Amino acid sequence: MKEFCEVVTPFTEEQARSLKAGDRVLITGELYTGRDAAHKRLIELVNAGGEIPFDIKDSIIYYVGPTPAKPGAICGSAGPTSSYRMDKYAPTLMELGLRGMIGKGIRNHDVIETMKRVGAVYFAATGGAGALLSQCVNSSRVIAYEDLGPEAVRLISVTDFPAIVAIDSYGANLYDR
Amino acid sequence: MGRDAHMREIQADLIKDTIKTLFLDANISIGEDVSTAIESAYAREKSPIGKTVLKQIQDNNRIAAEQELAICQDTGYAIVFVTLGQDVHIVGGGYSQAINQGVREAYEEGYFRKSVVDEPIYSRKNTGDNTPAIIYTDIAPGENIDIEVAAKGFGSENMSAVKMLVPSDGEEGVIDFIVDTVRKAGPNPCPPIIVGVGVGGTLDKACVLAKKATMRTVGSRNAHPAYAALEEKILERINKLGVGPAGFGGDTTAIGLNIEYHPTHIAGMPVAVNICCHASRHGIARI
Repeated sequence: MKEFCEVVTPFTEEQARSLKAGDRVLITGELYTGRDAAHKRLIELVNAGGEIPFDIKDSIIYYVGPTPAKPGAICGSAGPTSSYRMDKYAPTLMELGLRGMIGKGIRNHDVIETMKRVGAVYFAATGGAGALLSQCVNSSRVIAYEDLGPEAVRLISVTDFPAIVAIDSYGANLYDR
Repeated sequence: MGRDAHMREIQADLIKDTIKTLFLDANISIGEDVSTAIESAYAREKSPIGKTVLKQIQDNNRIAAEQELAICQDTGYAIVFVTLGQDVHIVGGGYSQAINQGVREAYEEGYFRKSVVDEPIYSRKNTGDNTPAIIYTDIAPGENIDIEVAAKGFGSENMSAVKMLVPSDGEEGVIDFIVDTVRKAGPNPCPPIIVGVGVGGTLDKACVLAKKATMRTVGSRNAHPAYAALEEKILERINKLGVGPAGFGGDTTAIGLNIEYHPTHIAGMPVAVNICCHASRHGIARI
């Protein structure tokens, strides 16, 4: 067994379907950041007939609200937040093309069923390891909802970001014991 | 009035500076109690993935200290417990203003995340400076100010619970409720966790005690032998749940469990369980 699977963005269905719960991955490429407030706005926008303000097809969203970057630094501390708070919004985003989510903790039935249908993967990163994970971030810029401060949507690029497949696109769940 | 009273004057600015230093330190340097507990958990842990997670936590805490970077991006809600000596006269500013100013300056200068919103249901507008702090004040004899702070993360706060048990529920009822709360929390509160338990008092008193219990040194034991034994017993039960580091399974679900108790009513036995993530950031100071 390989120690790590490489995941790159755009995160295609082929890549997603090849991953199994429990696989340890290193993610390289571009991720969008978003948490509670940004998700609420995105879904309100979609429900009102609007378009997501970034290219969501085959994308990965990282549930994170980083600390502010120090002068000269790229990114502050940036570990995952609890994913279940985004469960209400995630299925709609997956229907629009979202293929990967990075967070921590459990997901609900609706999220998992949608993941199976569209071929999406839920990755977990280690909660409370924000300083460690920030070392993988090469660039970061706000691309939407700047007024939300730490909850703004950012486009970040990462190299060898360590995570684990918590729930795969077939519904296998590492948290089920 | 005040003819014989000796009052020690303390500048509000000194309170502000003390609070600021405590939060700056707590958010960057993990306490020795927590790092020692994680180290020994790493030695004991049998799950390979659990070991990997514990190693990541150790690396994280080292990087945070070296780079003066927040341990976790959730730099927490500022919790402040104060025991104010009754012979202290605070001069040069307001008491809670000084505390909040200390929080404000720490979160700005430390490049910490501001995670407080002004109102919970409708606007949810970020206050922009991580204030107001949650402040609990006791007044006691003496001329010192004892301060205890925590930067409390909310991933674990959200997994906390309180239940109004009744006397007939007994020790078993208390144990079951605590273990069940941790089981239900599963991977969400960033295990390995520190469990703070408040037993007795009223609904609100039990909750405050539980918060205070999360801030007690990890590995310390309640002075009451029966409660100390109960702490050990519940910790063992919790670590048999198999939740494990980050919830991926393993022997280390909690690295600490502290209970605080208080007299209660003849009809009741409130139990509050306040969960704290492995990044238990707390500090104390005396002025």
